[in-house]
Amino acid sequence: MRLLIKNGYIIDPAQGINGGKNLLIEDGRVGGLFGYRESVPDDVEIFDATGLIVAPGFIDMHVHLREPGHEYKETIASGAAAAVAGGFTAICAMPNTDPINDSAAVTRFIIEQAAHADLAGVLPIGAITKHSLGTELAEMGEMKEAGIVAVSDDGRPVPSAGMMRRAMEYACGFDLPIIDHCEDKSLVRGGVMHEGHWSLLLGLRGAPAAAEEVDAQRDCALAELTGARIHLAHVSTRGAIEAVRRAKQQGLSVTCEVAPHHWALTDAAVAGLAGNGPGGTDGIAYDTNMKMSPPLRSQDHVEAILEGLRDGTIDAIASDHAPHHADEKALEFDEAPFGITGLETSVGLAFEQLVRPGFISLERLVELCSTNPARILSLHDRGTLRAGARADVTVLDPEFAWTYDLSQSKSKSRNTPFDGVRFTGAAIATIVQGRIVYLHPAYSRVTDKHQTVALS
Amino acid sequence: MTTFGLKHLLGIRELSPDQIVHLLDTAETFRDISKREIKKVPALRGRTVINLFFEASTRTRTSFEIAAKRLSADAINISVSTSSVAKGETLLDTARNLQAMAPDCIVIRHSSAGAPYHLARACDAAIVNAGDGAHEHPTQALLDALTIREHQGRIDGLKVAIIGDVLHSRVARSNIYLLAKLGATVTVAGPGTLVPAEFGGLIEQGVRLARRVEEAVVDADVVMILRVQRERQTDAFLPSMREYAVHYGLHLNHLDLAAPDAIVMHPGPMNRGIEISSEIADSGRSLILDQVTNGVAVRMAVLYLLAGGVSSGEQSADREVGNGTARNGTVKRQRRKRSLREDL
Amino acid sequence: MDPARINRALARLASEIVEENHGIKDLILVGIRRRGVPLANRIADKIAELEGVRPPVGILDITLYRDDLSTVGAKPIVSGTELPGDIEARTIVLIDDVLYTGRTVRAAMDQLIDFGRPRRVQLAVLIDRGNEHRELPIQADYIGKLVPTKKSEIIKVMLTDFDEDEGVVIVERPAAEAAA
Repeated sequence: MRLLIKNGYIIDPAQGINGGKNLLIEDGRVGGLFGYRESVPDDVEIFDATGLIVAPGFIDMHVHLREPGHEYKETIASGAAAAVAGGFTAICAMPNTDPINDSAAVTRFIIEQAAHADLAGVLPIGAITKHSLGTELAEMGEMKEAGIVAVSDDGRPVPSAGMMRRAMEYACGFDLPIIDHCEDKSLVRGGVMHEGHWSLLLGLRGAPAAAEEVDAQRDCALAELTGARIHLAHVSTRGAIEAVRRAKQQGLSVTCEVAPHHWALTDAAVAGLAGNGPGGTDGIAYDTNMKMSPPLRSQDHVEAILEGLRDGTIDAIASDHAPHHADEKALEFDEAPFGITGLETSVGLAFEQLVRPGFISLERLVELCSTNPARILSLHDRGTLRAGARADVTVLDPEFAWTYDLSQSKSKSRNTPFDGVRFTGAAIATIVQGRIVYLHPAYSRVTDKHQTVALS
Repeated sequence: MTTFGLKHLLGIRELSPDQIVHLLDTAETFRDISKREIKKVPALRGRTVINLFFEASTRTRTSFEIAAKRLSADAINISVSTSSVAKGETLLDTARNLQAMAPDCIVIRHSSAGAPYHLARACDAAIVNAGDGAHEHPTQALLDALTIREHQGRIDGLKVAIIGDVLHSRVARSNIYLLAKLGATVTVAGPGTLVPAEFGGLIEQGVRLARRVEEAVVDADVVMILRVQRERQTDAFLPSMREYAVHYGLHLNHLDLAAPDAIVMHPGPMNRGIEISSEIADSGRSLILDQVTNGVAVRMAVLYLLAGGVSSGEQSADREVGNGTARNGTVKRQRRKRSLREDL
Repeated sequence: MDPARINRALARLASEIVEENHGIKDLILVGIRRRGVPLANRIADKIAELEGVRPPVGILDITLYRDDLSTVGAKPIVSGTELPGDIEARTIVLIDDVLYTGRTVRAAMDQLIDFGRPRRVQLAVLIDRGNEHRELPIQADYIGKLVPTKKSEIIKVMLTDFDEDEGVVIVERPAAEAAA
């Protein structure tokens, strides 16, 4: 079957294309890009993308789908639904499930579940070590056969440099990038928020920026030693970004990603709105929706992130979508688990705080969300709209005004600080292998011949 | 919100200097009641005060209990080991259960910073923070201030030295906020691991940081000693209690450097011979017992002003006839019907 | 009432108190905060003129004994209670500016009892608003002036100790203030 996305503005950095073109999709693949006035076959569905941006499908490289094991927080199906609602055609599933994804069997299970859901593509990430315990290597070869696209010990950082070196060397053999969660636990020592003025004032144990920097620098040195491809997950500090910058200058294969909450909020957010009001109950002080790892940092680090996004040091935006049940987040700040959801707010936050204020261009946004993730993960038929590529397309409306209504979220979990926040700019349609799997309810840009959209 | 502006007492940081002074003045009056033969007034008759202590503390809990009872309130103590929290009930569920009993006031001590805020969001009662993690211990700072005022006559312009494990101390934080708001200057000293540089910027006026006790006590009018906990040694903050005693404890000769009429305070319980020498603890300069007396008075004032006061929707009324305003009898308190009006 | 009439009323109260108690032995005047206090002091001065000896004067702050916390006000100010010595077996004359519902006096008596057991307690007021408004069985032993009033009226007693002028006036309650 054929779908023609008509009158849209194509941004495809991989091909250097930035202009008005029609996009033809055939049997789940890109048929080609055509000029507006070129003739159109008769038997096509038409999606009218006038005034909209048409980009290669967005890929979120860092998502926690809690299946197998913690389905009460999120399932592969609900996560995939949230993903397409957020404009993502594919997401990478981190291995810290229960059982941990350190085997071909679990990898295959995840892929099967994703196929049933039939929404966003789910690309599993395998564990670096068995059970993520940090002592023995996991069967990366077997997992690669089964379909992983990278390895990571996210949530449980590889504790020793020696072990990390082995992991890098071994992963190299299968051309798998290593995604590292940089955190020196001995420096963090139970810290629940960024160590700084606010942690002191709030009386909470702090996790210093140095804990991330130390590991980031270690990884870069090891990347040099081993020649491996390393990708730093959710960088949040000036020091880590600096380390990546230097590594790139040296020609090392080091890439990194940033999560939207790290540029959208600072550690002051833990203290509540506008500082504490009379009686201390104004604003929400100690809101566990401000608790994540790495923690929200101070303004200086936020600025380093913005610089890194602009100058190319940061390669990708990845949400680190971390769903947790309301009961778990309703505990005291010290006890609550780390993390917030993010699939449905990523693009909105990127528009609101990066594109609209002019920090980055729309083209750079597409690079960060599609082109680069595909490149880092060696997904050759994704991240681009060249002929023959998978027909994964994200359609964006940079002017669309909307409010995030948490009650309508497709995720099973509700742990986000962004409920009720107003945004301008969103992904309004998500197309996976030529099928429109998500269309924003406010949109009716599709003609009568439009197929029924398969929504979960 | 009342004109006094306080529904809860969660921290000193949120209070204005006026509110603090009002609390201290009220506490002074209550101090006199404790000297009478009948140490009770009917002010909070019929009110229920629950002491919810997740951390063991006989001293503070008893102080709050006595304070509530002297105001004729019904005081109920709940400690973690005997309650369902030990069986895995969450703080919020505990709060909701308490809420169903409609207490007027809940006094909470918890090891997690922010727990009182959690409680305040879940309950209608007035919440008093009796210490939350390393965050704040407002009634301690108030009773310390009352003690200082009593002996030095004022707080404005005083030099205060706080010695010890500032990093983990909620008493230090609350005291620093209060002293600064009332015009004193604060110097802090302790081991490098326990006095982070960031502390200097805790308040707008800044806190002076000193490395040695000798530096901090120079010309000090008040020396506050903080308790050191043995865990600091096992957690690698300190090598040993002996070293702490020698290099960071307060000794008699330190007082020669302080102001001639300097007073020494300690929130208790104290480790004799470690953070404070026995000579000082037993000398007239040490006001540790006065602090305890003032503790009950301050807590009476806090309970009275929070649980005894009016709820929102009130017009403020002065008892005085002279100013021409009449007493307003229309009170919007849902749970209690105050049918009788006191008049001139 | 103008200042001169207030003065005469106080003089009369002073002599009535002395007469009724056959002198000033074991007598203590206790003014109820706030306006009862200067009145108590003035009466004590006048007694000193009559008897050559000034009886002791105490101060009672009844804020903590009120039966209606709801009308204490948003910022309750608790001042001290000061009683001159032991009240055991003494005659206490409570002194207040206006007697209206009687609740202030009830609170004052409760408070006195917590201090000890006086032999007798009497009540002297400058203005008595009349029995119609009394909510408790309380009466004054010594009355400066009986002024029957409506509930919609307020009696303002102004003394130079607290106000600019001196005098007693009746004003209408502002319409916004609805009765409970």
